[in-house]
Amino acid sequence: MPLFLIVLFPLLGFAVNGLIGKRLPKPIPGAIACLAVLASFVVALLRFFDLASRPENARAINETVYNWMSAGSFKVDVSFLFDQLSAIMILIVTGVGFLIHLYSVGYMADDHNDPQGTLYARYFTFLNLFIAFMSVLVLADNYLLMFVGWEGVGLCSYFLIGYWFQLDEAAEASKKAFIVNRIGDFGFLLGMMLMFLAVGSLKYADVFAAASTKLGVPASNIAGLAGFGGVTLVTVITLLLTVGATGKSAQIPLYVWLPDAMAGPTPVSALIHAATMVTAGIYMVARSAVLFELSPATKLLICGIGALTALAAGLTALAHNDIKKVLAYSTVSQLGFMFMAVGAGAYVAAIFHVFTHAFFKACLFLGAGSVIHALHGEQDMRKMGGLATKMKATHITFLLAGLALAAFPLTSGFFSKDEIIAQVFNAGSQNSLYTIFGGVGLLTAVITALYTGRQYAQVFLGESRFAHATDGHSAPALSEVEGAHETHEGQVTHEVHEAPATADAHGAHSTGEVHESPTIMTLPLWILAVGAIFAGYLGVPHIPGVPAQLHGFATWLDPLFPRAAGAAESSVNWVLLGLGVLIGAGGWIVGRTMGINADRALLPDSAANLSLDKIYNQTVVAGGFALTSALRWVDDNVIDGIVRGVGTVIMLISGILRLTQTSYVRNYALGMALGAAVIIGYFMVR
Amino acid sequence: MPIPYYLAISGILFTVGVVGVLVRRNAIIIFMCIELMLNAANLAFVAAAHSLGKMNGQVFVFFVMTVAAAEVAVGLAIIVTLFRNRETIDVDEVNLMKH
Repeated sequence: MPLFLIVLFPLLGFAVNGLIGKRLPKPIPGAIACLAVLASFVVALLRFFDLASRPENARAINETVYNWMSAGSFKVDVSFLFDQLSAIMILIVTGVGFLIHLYSVGYMADDHNDPQGTLYARYFTFLNLFIAFMSVLVLADNYLLMFVGWEGVGLCSYFLIGYWFQLDEAAEASKKAFIVNRIGDFGFLLGMMLMFLAVGSLKYADVFAAASTKLGVPASNIAGLAGFGGVTLVTVITLLLTVGATGKSAQIPLYVWLPDAMAGPTPVSALIHAATMVTAGIYMVARSAVLFELSPATKLLICGIGALTALAAGLTALAHNDIKKVLAYSTVSQLGFMFMAVGAGAYVAAIFHVFTHAFFKACLFLGAGSVIHALHGEQDMRKMGGLATKMKATHITFLLAGLALAAFPLTSGFFSKDEIIAQVFNAGSQNSLYTIFGGVGLLTAVITALYTGRQYAQVFLGESRFAHATDGHSAPALSEVEGAHETHEGQVTHEVHEAPATADAHGAHSTGEVHESPTIMTLPLWILAVGAIFAGYLGVPHIPGVPAQLHGFATWLDPLFPRAAGAAESSVNWVLLGLGVLIGAGGWIVGRTMGINADRALLPDSAANLSLDKIYNQTVVAGGFALTSALRWVDDNVIDGIVRGVGTVIMLISGILRLTQTSYVRNYALGMALGAAVIIGYFMVR
Repeated sequence: MPIPYYLAISGILFTVGVVGVLVRRNAIIIFMCIELMLNAANLAFVAAAHSLGKMNGQVFVFFVMTVAAAEVAVGLAIIVTLFRNRETIDVDEVNLMKH
């Protein structure tokens, strides 16, 4: 089965839903979208098994779809590379993507912001398009095609965050996401251009083959880069690629879009901002491992950025009350961990964490969505609590996924996070800064366990603090809650909701009872929760006596990263393992205790407001507005002035010429006589 | 009489005609001055024909007179219409096209 089918099916879903989805009754567009992604997943799975059946050194399949452009020496094809890394990624994308599509069908069936259901098809249109673009990203065999997918997922992120574009918050957040991403993309583009200048091709195979020869040269070899002195070209390129990864994977300083992106529907947050899009940066760095291995300085920088981001975001998560904001900062923090891993050269560990993170973070987000759905739009954790008995499936899946996030012993998160920390400490032998980063990682792990345990307890344990709505609406206090709202704000009328005809699947509106979400929403939760616990058993540390199957993940990916493989075979660091157990279990228990009946965040609001946003607003945004005002002035006065000026000049001239029209017949006769005299005089004198 | 004298009379007549067209207000008087200019031209033609001994000038006078007649017909028609509409033939009164 050709690979392009993986991209084709969601594209078809996009086309069908986009063109005629509006006319189809409610669940049909969702069903079409789900089927499309399921088909992609099946193809990916079949190809994966086929790949696994091949010998280890023959697991790189190239499939060219067509020649995209040939302009002189610049030749780029739409062609796909299916190797161990892209196989893992595509399974994550289509698998988790399918589960989230299923969940969305249930979640979006009753949208308070869209009572007539006119927007429903649009949601699935863009969700399918996202899967298509993400597939292109991970399957591409050259940087330019990857960039197409890269930009495409950014675009779909814009559409999906701004799904409820009538809400100011969503519209602004979507713009912010796209613009900040674009800054990263600029770096990526520059990196690609340098690559092409030096190597003459953008295919991975060509670039990596020429890496040590053509890219190891000083950057000043390229015309215009003389200012870089002796810095190698590959360092410059990797730095630029890092800028791109920083934007897409929400690291400092380009993370500011991710918390705001919570203004979109929760399944979108789960898919795009937890499981797939944000991991594109990690994937890109892992794919370019050959280049990064040639520039230790960049790797150190990446590790540092990751460590700083992980810590800062983890602390910020302790200061927020909105359930989705906590998860958003948690995602930024976990991405920081992944950055730390690639920065230490532990590409396998980073991808392993991508793998486990996709499961547990998606499960957490979907669980949060389930809670929000059940509480009719309530997102403030201070107003939750006691949901364990009322929403059993959501409770247990959230618990399992939360344990995984906190790296509680024997969950998937435990194995992947500890592997990362171990590898970072290992890299300390090359450069002692890595040891400091490792310490930061440990600290962040403590914080992660704290806020996750706390969040779990605050939402599910203790007494119920949520408002018992009498007419089906959440308390008006919703509007004061900071953070992303999905419902009830803005111009959408509330009144329609009271009509008895609206989907009253929530049953007891009048008694304010809360009940579990429908099966179509809880089934994905269960599947993801199982993954959150058991997916980790593919990457168990090399404790003597552990069967080889439990190392399957590392064994699968190792051939791709020959240099990093050496680090993976090192002996188990028992100290770190013990610390990991302590942090995971202890942090969770402490957090849980702190969180029961908690009615405020752990850190004060001022910590929540500590953000690069303020700095950006005062510098970049203000500067942008100033430039816009100046240009507007130029447009209004100079350019319009010229246009008006032409008119004024013509009017002046005509005002003068008008004076000849005296309507005085004898004046005209005089004119004729004088004219005749001049002409005759001219001919006489000549 | 030597021909320059005839040409001088023709010139004077023509000038008087031009000045009359420019100065007089009555439309019919302006027409008469135009006729005067035409006849001045006729005089010049005939004098030249006599002086050169050729018939060309004399024949041309016929053309001029024919044109003059036609022009008068049309012009008087215009003046009559003007009078019917405006009750005046003073050219200074005809100034609707003033800016």
